[in-house]
Amino acid sequence: MPTPLIVRFLGAFDRRGWQFAALFAALTLVAVPVMHLVVPSGSPLHLSTHFVTLTGKILCYAIVAVAMDLIWGYAGILSLGHGLFFALGGYAFGMYLMRQIGRDGSYQSDLPDFMVFLDWKDMPWFWAGSDSFIWAVLVVLTVPALIAFVFGYFAFRSRIRGVYFSIITQALTYAAMLLFFRNETGFGGNNGFTDFKRILGFSITAPETRVVLFALSAMALLATLLLARYLVASRFGRVLTAIRDAESRVMFLGYQPLWYKLFVWTLSAMLCAIAGALYVPQVGIINPSEMSVGNSIEIAIWVAVGGRGTLIGPLIGAFLVNLAKSWFTVSFPEYWLFFLGAMFVVATLYLPQGVVGLWLKLRARAARAENPVSPATKGARA
Amino acid sequence: MRITGLLLCGWLLGGSCQAAIDPALLAPLAADDSEQRIEAIGALARSAPDEALPVLGALASDSLAVAAGNRLVIIDGQRVVDAATGREITPPPANLEAININNRVRRELASALAALRLFSNDRDQRLQAAHEVAAGADASLLPLLDKALAAETDPEIVGRLRMAHAQASLTSSDAGVRQAAVRTLGESSDPRVRQLLLPLTEKRGDGWVEPDGAVRAAAGTSIREIERRLAWADGLGRAFTGLSLGSILLLAALGLAITYGVMGVINMAHGELLMVGAYSTWLVQGVFRTHFPGAVDWYLPAAVPVAFVSAALVGVLMERVVIRHLYGRPLETLLATWGISLFLMQVARSLFGAQNVEVANPAWMAGGVELLPNLVLPWNRIIIVAFSIAVLAAMWAMLNLSRLGMFVRAVTQNRAMAGCVGVPTGRVDTLAFGLGAGIAGLGGVALSQIANVGPDMGQGYIVDSFMVVVLGGVGQLAGAVWAALGLGVVTKFLEGWTGAVIAKIVVLVFIILFIQKRPQGLFALKGRFVES
Amino acid sequence: MKAVDLPLANGENSPWDSGTAELGHILHPGELDLSHKVILYLEDISVSFDGFRALNRLSLTIDSGELRCIIGPNGAGKTTMMDVITGKTRPDEGRAFFGQTIDLTRLSEAEIASSGIGRKFQKPTIFENHSVFENLELAMKTDKRVRRSLFSVLDSAAADRIAETLELIRLAGAADRQAGLLSHGQKQWLEIGMLLMQEPRLLLLDEPVAGMTDEETERTGELFLSLAGLHSLVVVEHDMAFVRQLGGRVTVLHEGSVLAEGSLEEVQGDPRVIEVYLGR
Repeated sequence: MPTPLIVRFLGAFDRRGWQFAALFAALTLVAVPVMHLVVPSGSPLHLSTHFVTLTGKILCYAIVAVAMDLIWGYAGILSLGHGLFFALGGYAFGMYLMRQIGRDGSYQSDLPDFMVFLDWKDMPWFWAGSDSFIWAVLVVLTVPALIAFVFGYFAFRSRIRGVYFSIITQALTYAAMLLFFRNETGFGGNNGFTDFKRILGFSITAPETRVVLFALSAMALLATLLLARYLVASRFGRVLTAIRDAESRVMFLGYQPLWYKLFVWTLSAMLCAIAGALYVPQVGIINPSEMSVGNSIEIAIWVAVGGRGTLIGPLIGAFLVNLAKSWFTVSFPEYWLFFLGAMFVVATLYLPQGVVGLWLKLRARAARAENPVSPATKGARA
Repeated sequence: MRITGLLLCGWLLGGSCQAAIDPALLAPLAADDSEQRIEAIGALARSAPDEALPVLGALASDSLAVAAGNRLVIIDGQRVVDAATGREITPPPANLEAININNRVRRELASALAALRLFSNDRDQRLQAAHEVAAGADASLLPLLDKALAAETDPEIVGRLRMAHAQASLTSSDAGVRQAAVRTLGESSDPRVRQLLLPLTEKRGDGWVEPDGAVRAAAGTSIREIERRLAWADGLGRAFTGLSLGSILLLAALGLAITYGVMGVINMAHGELLMVGAYSTWLVQGVFRTHFPGAVDWYLPAAVPVAFVSAALVGVLMERVVIRHLYGRPLETLLATWGISLFLMQVARSLFGAQNVEVANPAWMAGGVELLPNLVLPWNRIIIVAFSIAVLAAMWAMLNLSRLGMFVRAVTQNRAMAGCVGVPTGRVDTLAFGLGAGIAGLGGVALSQIANVGPDMGQGYIVDSFMVVVLGGVGQLAGAVWAALGLGVVTKFLEGWTGAVIAKIVVLVFIILFIQKRPQGLFALKGRFVES
Repeated sequence: MKAVDLPLANGENSPWDSGTAELGHILHPGELDLSHKVILYLEDISVSFDGFRALNRLSLTIDSGELRCIIGPNGAGKTTMMDVITGKTRPDEGRAFFGQTIDLTRLSEAEIASSGIGRKFQKPTIFENHSVFENLELAMKTDKRVRRSLFSVLDSAAADRIAETLELIRLAGAADRQAGLLSHGQKQWLEIGMLLMQEPRLLLLDEPVAGMTDEETERTGELFLSLAGLHSLVVVEHDMAFVRQLGGRVTVLHEGSVLAEGSLEEVQGDPRVIEVYLGR
């Protein structure tokens, strides 16, 4: 009797995987909420709003990093357009949040403030349905994925690969950013969406809402990891890495790389969009600068620093780089770009497998030191 | 226009020369009442046209003043001249009170002056006057224009005067005269003439503005003629701005054509190499301002080699320290050079501040060439086009005629083989990268003349210049040239229709679609080896 | 390996005028139709790259079950011919049919591979980061669409097939080793093994024994001979001893078209072939 799919799916995590998942869930679903909501703010164990927001934000970034790793680390396709899908997810959910403001905006109008400011009388057609939460979730899940699908179909069909693909995705993001900067596009121009008040009727700044959003992000990350683990362990994952290593061989074996790439590319975009939708209510703003060329490239560096081709790597990378960023921008703002720039260079030159690879290498070296190698191999290495 | 008419009568009836002007004629010029002044201007021009010219000119340029005893004087720099006699007054009288005129007087004065100058001995004076007269010609000017046309020999001035004459005849009561005038005006390529003719084809209330049907038809034809010519000039203007944008893109992309196209290195810090060139220009300008203030206009030629060398040095350093270790790993190169670009941006910010710095156009680059009334080609753009052609030629020569160029081409085609026959591939890489960087520096010099110079300036060009290389095809100088010019011209034409942002988006989308059809670019290499 | 019951046409020359498909039998779209005992037709194929004619009106037929060797000096168009058959290069003109009905010039590489043509590259191309076992698993004939590979599990029949092939290519002991760590000869064998896992009807082998020891070469020859009959093989080779071992017909390519065809002795005695190899 074949194993049910759900069992196989959950079996993607091994024992250690589930131990990690349990620990992670305990921290994010119990420890953080209790320490933020219950522990009084004077106590050293209290977690500040700043901490919860920052960590929640980084959890969303970590989802993006894992999505990026699926396409870059496993399929060998470096996308410089993932910031676009992240931002689109954010915008799609931001539309709902704008509608939730209701008449509490500065102009007390049914229309979002920026539309009143532009002297619009009606909402553009694509705002239809945006007052429904279900609709917003649906748009988050489908629209960025659809855009990714169409773009990917044409790009992969013409066998655009390597740096060409990277540059084209960069151009796509850049074009989208220019489009969203225009007021006439209907997404608030360069101010984007902000001043949110409510989500599903709950105050968006209430600590409880914050904690729920935080926990949701954590669960989304965990689900992403499980899904990614299942994918890379399946034959699909092996075909993907095979495409990365020798695409023509894959073709001559009878696989259509187009559909494999397209699947993982679309899935990756969808994960980014979910991350974006979780990110926007936590930080309280979305604007076109999220689509800037630099933002998308920064995603790649999270993955590179952590270690691509592993699933824990991007997670670690997203946390390391973003914690460093928030520390630098507060303490030494003028040195942040020096540090980030150096990180790009160091990660590519000296950390081809990221910190995870470094750690594995060090552990292997330690293991060798414990069990000294035979003189012959030693001589050969010297 | 009344004054011009008065003036004209005076001119035609009087016409004799007087050595000096009667001070009584001059005195009302200083009157408080505008009517009086206009009267006085007419009287003056009528009675003493030759002598009136300097006085009226002084009035127009606000250098006519009243000295003690209501004596009018002309202030000419340090000198003070008696308006009536034209002699210098020594010592200059104290307590001069300048005469101020309002716009109404100024307008009348301009027409009067223009009419007077139509008969000047100086060709340029007459040409300018013809332009000015044409601006506001009406029937009262016709006799003057007839006389001027009879005397004029210069074809250009005759052309202008005919236009003015036709314009003035539009108000004639004779339909035949009007029709002839409308026909003549159809030869114009001036948008103002079109404005003038347009009402003739319109209805006002129940009747036509122009009662005669034949004249209306002629006006319609003439308007279409003018519009055709205007559209042509407009297209020409767009093509030129497109060409100049294209040559900027070309300068930005030429360096990339070497580093990416020839060496296969994706250099995301290319825009920052442009920035290095632009800041070098700014520094050279500063040196000239403090040490050679007399020759400050010539800082730009001096900045060219400085920018080339400093950008090339940065490029060589980048290649030696980072890129060298990443050959054959294009995606990693992309990320590492992005890191370098962030680094260079922050360096610029720390050294020169986050604000844009000011780089001035030298005086000899100001102004432009007027081809048509609505088509002026600015000198700075012309010079940039010429400069990029020169850089392109130099680069072509470098790659095709020099030994380094031969080495670069050899390494491009077969690195291992080139190494085997003794080409120092490592050094060639460094030099080629330096060359590409240096050319980016030259692009920076050009950019500094038309765009803001600041730490972020490079970021705006990186997407565009990659688009040029992608569109042109890898390893192809010709491809880069055509792609840059094509993109420039297409962008500018689209801008006219849709505005800058949409034009840019359309172009990007077009490139994305184009790559579908021709993944290897415009000038693709074909063959078995391409895929691998 | 499922044997296909077909009359062997080894060495038999099938002339072009043996008649076009007369529809005397039912045609199944996409299925290999060997009713005329010919598995591959190339007719007047021309390919040029920037003015250079890699193939010049090349015509060639391979009979079902035949083992054909293709020889020719460098630049004769051997690899380009394989590119055309496998869909990597589209011919500028000419026709290429697999069996009677499958038009190779209209299919993608993957479709051609699925219809039953396997190709071994000149340089061994395997998945270096996968284990030997995984390499074979990926190659195995099965539904290769995304949907299936997402949910597929390896059944015991498939595992047996992989084990069989591992034996055949003498890599049974290295099943879990990373393929990139194999020796050059072992990589060649692994690639041949992957080809066999595809169960192709026609195998295109580009210099399969380059870099092998004499012993390995001989064993490869034996393997190919055992495959002929069930499969059709086209072997491009420079090693004349190997070509002799394989027997079969030999086609000499020169400047993009067929110069001579016949047994090895015949073509070696052909003065034009001698001129091409030795002359000038």
